[in-house]
Amino acid sequence: MARMKFLCDADRCIECNACVTACKNENQVPWGINRRRVVTINDGKPGERSVSMACMHCTDAPCQAVCPVNAFYTTADGVVLHSKDICIGCGYCFYACPFGAPQYPRVGNFGSRGKMDKCTYCAGGPEPDGSMAEYEKYGANRLAEGKLPLCAEMCSTKSLLAGDGEIIAEIYKERVAKRGYGSGAWGWRTAYRETVTS
Amino acid sequence: MTALVANLRNAVAALTFVALATSSYPVAAQQPTSVDPTASAVSEQLLLQQFKAIQGRGSIPDTKSYTIEQPAGRDWRHFHEVTLRWIGGAAILGILVVLVIFYLARGMVRIESGRSGHTIVRFNAAERFMHWMTATCFVILALSGLNITFGRPLLLPLMSPEAFTAWSQWAKYAHNYLSFPFTIGVISIFFMWIAGNIPNRLDIEWLRRGGGMVGPDHPPAYRFNAGQKVIYWIVVLGGSAIAVSGYLLIFPFYGTDIQTMQSAEMAHGIIAMLFIAAMLGHIYIGTIGMEGAFEAMGQGTVDINWAKAHHNLWFEEVRTRSEPHLAQQQPAATPGE
Repeated sequence: MARMKFLCDADRCIECNACVTACKNENQVPWGINRRRVVTINDGKPGERSVSMACMHCTDAPCQAVCPVNAFYTTADGVVLHSKDICIGCGYCFYACPFGAPQYPRVGNFGSRGKMDKCTYCAGGPEPDGSMAEYEKYGANRLAEGKLPLCAEMCSTKSLLAGDGEIIAEIYKERVAKRGYGSGAWGWRTAYRETVTS
Repeated sequence: MTALVANLRNAVAALTFVALATSSYPVAAQQPTSVDPTASAVSEQLLLQQFKAIQGRGSIPDTKSYTIEQPAGRDWRHFHEVTLRWIGGAAILGILVVLVIFYLARGMVRIESGRSGHTIVRFNAAERFMHWMTATCFVILALSGLNITFGRPLLLPLMSPEAFTAWSQWAKYAHNYLSFPFTIGVISIFFMWIAGNIPNRLDIEWLRRGGGMVGPDHPPAYRFNAGQKVIYWIVVLGGSAIAVSGYLLIFPFYGTDIQTMQSAEMAHGIIAMLFIAAMLGHIYIGTIGMEGAFEAMGQGTVDINWAKAHHNLWFEEVRTRSEPHLAQQQPAATPGE
């Protein structure tokens, strides 16, 4: 079984934000929630880099570990999903997540956050694959249709890679070897306890 | 005519551009041939060594999303999963074991001279109302809080995930909303009983003799003995700390970020576990640990013999205030004490 991961080649990201838009559209993400976002580090200074970040679908995911009601599960593909029927909106996954992935539909005073929402790797939720119930709660289930997450699929510079971790790491290594530089696989050390070195 | 002029102008402009481009070409050729665009590039490793979190600029209104990575979540996870469970387990089970052993060894501490049948008022209705309001809130807050820490390993296997979620959801709302009467209770307790709870020299004597529970007899005490003062200050200081850290969590991102909320949660958890352990001790002494103690907060009155034994100086105060003509006789009546 493949171990699905994301890899953002920051040397290629042009901060067009198309991944953000594609995600919002494909998954009908509610107002105020961005499952994916692009952040520019050292903006306007020499060496600035833009990184597209969403849930990294961590190995031994912290959100899953701290959830008091066990709302999370990791699929055979290594995708970290959650059940909105089980979630109580306590906010603990948001404290634990290194990437700020879990978000809530409301601000959350008096614990009224609502059900947590995050990137599903375009793999839906616990409901039957492709069902309307699944689509309404979690958005598209492209993985079940044999497709990769839309954010990576439509990335114009192929900066954002999605797919089997070993394959996308190999692609990135080749790029780094060919062009002679690479600012690293952002978030990999934190998410997967490994990094891609060429 | 105007079209011809426009065409000519375009042609001139194009020629000028070509001329400029070709003339500048030799200059470009003098630049170093191999450019390393990453020479000054930001590096994830370096940023993480410098800062607790990597932040940048985003283009969506949610400024929280500009933080791209904060590995501190891993440490917080370890605290929540391992450290807090050990602290809570050790504190709560530890105090229970101590109380069981103590009860088996000492049993209920009796009123030595028996009941006189006469009672005096110890806590008035307002005091009892505040105590029980705070106590009821505390028990619900403690159980709903423990559910967050221990519910998943202990309770979830016993019920369906949906039932556990329904219960946890209610527990969460109870926890959030009952924090308000609890805080009011703690503040009231602070003002209501502060007069009797200032530590003084008698407390040293009381602690040295082990109080009435451990020691062989009851050392002299005013309205509150040193042990009760300890409980009072645990409630006031612990209750304040737990309220402040809790309100930081109930109103997320009001002057806090993820790191401060993680710290607040850690403080909240540790204080709560120790608070629960202390209150188990308080409940023990107030019920099966000591004869005649529960009625003080139950009916509000205590037996005169209990008052004489436990709080002799307070008893004298009350007596002097209510029956001044007896005050002179008193020293002669109890020479042994």
